[in-house]
Amino acid sequence: MPSSIRFFHFASPARFYALATRWSPALWVLAAVLAAAALYIGFFVAPTDATQGDAYRIIFIHVPAAWMSMVLYLAMALWAAIGWALNARLASMFARAIAPTGAMFTFLALWTGALWGRPTWGTWWVWDARLTSELILLFLYLGYLALVDAIDDTRRADRAGALLAVVGSVNVPIIYFSVKWWNTLHQGASITLSSAPTMAQSMLIAMLLMTLAFWAYAFAVVFKRTQAIVAERERHAQWLTTTRKLETA
Amino acid sequence: MATTSHGDLDAGARASRTLTVDGLAGRRGERILFHDFDLFVAPGELVWLRAANGYGKTTLLRILAGLALPEAGTIRWSPASGPATVYLAHANALKDDLTVLESVRYQSTLHGLEASEAAIADAIRRFGLQSRRHAPIRTLSQGQRRRVALTRLCLSDPQSTWLLDEPWDALDAEGVALVSTLLDEHAARRGNALFTSHVPPAIEGLRTVQFDALPAPA
Amino acid sequence: MTRVFATVLRRDLRLAARRRSDALLPVAFFVVAVSLFPLGIGPEPQTLRQIAPGIVWVCALLAAMLSLGAMYSGDLVDGSLDQMLLSGPTPGQASLAVAAAKSLAHWLVTGLPLTILAPLLGVLFGVAPAPIVALTASLLLGTPILSLLGGLGAALTLGVRSGGVLLLLLVLPLCIPTLIFGAGAVVAIDSGLSARGHFSLLGALLILTMLLAPLATAAALRIATE
Repeated sequence: MPSSIRFFHFASPARFYALATRWSPALWVLAAVLAAAALYIGFFVAPTDATQGDAYRIIFIHVPAAWMSMVLYLAMALWAAIGWALNARLASMFARAIAPTGAMFTFLALWTGALWGRPTWGTWWVWDARLTSELILLFLYLGYLALVDAIDDTRRADRAGALLAVVGSVNVPIIYFSVKWWNTLHQGASITLSSAPTMAQSMLIAMLLMTLAFWAYAFAVVFKRTQAIVAERERHAQWLTTTRKLETA
Repeated sequence: MATTSHGDLDAGARASRTLTVDGLAGRRGERILFHDFDLFVAPGELVWLRAANGYGKTTLLRILAGLALPEAGTIRWSPASGPATVYLAHANALKDDLTVLESVRYQSTLHGLEASEAAIADAIRRFGLQSRRHAPIRTLSQGQRRRVALTRLCLSDPQSTWLLDEPWDALDAEGVALVSTLLDEHAARRGNALFTSHVPPAIEGLRTVQFDALPAPA
Repeated sequence: MTRVFATVLRRDLRLAARRRSDALLPVAFFVVAVSLFPLGIGPEPQTLRQIAPGIVWVCALLAAMLSLGAMYSGDLVDGSLDQMLLSGPTPGQASLAVAAAKSLAHWLVTGLPLTILAPLLGVLFGVAPAPIVALTASLLLGTPILSLLGGLGAALTLGVRSGGVLLLLLVLPLCIPTLIFGAGAVVAIDSGLSARGHFSLLGALLILTMLLAPLATAAALRIATE
């Protein structure tokens, strides 16, 4: 009985570990190629915008980064919830691996948002509805990371993180709505970051390519991080199993 | 591998077992403290779970009480309607700012014991706390606090299974004798108790389960 | 389950009454914190009137958070929480009753006094009568939400080392919509606009939180004690 339990726990992360090793190089290459293509098109091929000049080009990084930050949060919550509900260890490890990358993309979105706002508004930060929501999303990520890090027991940390991530996911639409409300209903003109220029086809292609590049990058990084987590967690189980087998012999 | 010594049970006792534990495994944090633990408890049995520190006795009691889920294995109670258990942890679960009387009343109401005022007064008297019944818990000694926590045993369902973690802890000789008497009375009316204790209890007909778990991992 | 709910609620209120000074600390903080702003910003009446809703709301939020750390930690340490979880047919049901009772107790002991004190602080800031009423009403709807969300945070960080500050980090972002609608209602009334939208949304948030937060808190309690 015990040895089969150990094996079941071990097999799934082990299989994933091998899979990740096989796919990693391709993912990194794909990310690099797509990013290069996106940047080339974004910076050299897409036309200069009539109203915003060349400053708008930052959206080729800003918008995909913002998308990634939101999608990764949901992915993190989903994997964490699966890990909790089905007691699937690999799923929980996945969620933990996604979090730092999601936070990074959020930070990137905020930073590029500031860079975009600077030429348009003359200040480094604007309390635009989307940027403010991004900022709150960063808080949610940081909260998750802080919580799972503070709890020593990994199982409890995974579960508490899953609950927090699910609660956060439910709150994200509420937060976004309330921030939009706050932004438009307060006295004064509605403050929005420069709206994206009407899209020429090349602009759309550049954003799409960058999004795909970010996806490939995210996969590569999350895989790597998951491998590290697997190595850390499963090594103890391996050691324990081997030790017990020696004892029963 | 955890081994147990279950005493020889005749077929009749086996049929009316109060508790059947099969292949139980318990963990605390990362560590599996015990596995392959089997135990059969018949009505009227008092079981002393015996092991050195850190082998998972408290974890086992918590699992039996229903506070924690086992890592593996099954627990079957009879009657099938579920366990009526009284779990007394090492900690007394008493609030400093409540009086003895309030604490006993709170315990009684919380666990749905519906004890009358007379029964509560009796329990307090039995444990020798009559003179301190209006004193806040914070003014009591460790032994007296333990006694307050133990009053629950007098108020609980006579058929219940008592899960006691170090019940004699901090008690003086009189208190120790009192608890032993209560256990004897409980067994006489076909109730059960599983308990841990570092000191061999002075109880007749006690069943000892040597809880030999894995050697604690380095 | 009402038995468990009522018993825990009664006990917590009794304990708070025995430690009245402890219970009123958040309220004291509320007053002190709010008073810092004129000292930091300047006593100009116009400015103070304008910033009052936001300041009172934020300080109420922070004050409500102060007593959250103690919501479950005392009971965890002395073993009372375990007994509470065993008081029902399953730990799941018991934890739901406990979560609801604890949040209600927190609101009665902290949130409600803050709400009652708010009009006084509004006067300190020279706020007109109509917005003061709106301020009180918005806090009346909003402070229960804070207690409910705070209970969730407290259960999640139960027994964790740096629990206190971590708790704030987790709960404050979740309270942002409440803050926006609450303070926004007062600002709207102050500008002569209708705050019906704000109050409806606040009410909706309250109902949603009352339905979902205890469930999540119960799950968090089981995660913390299993």
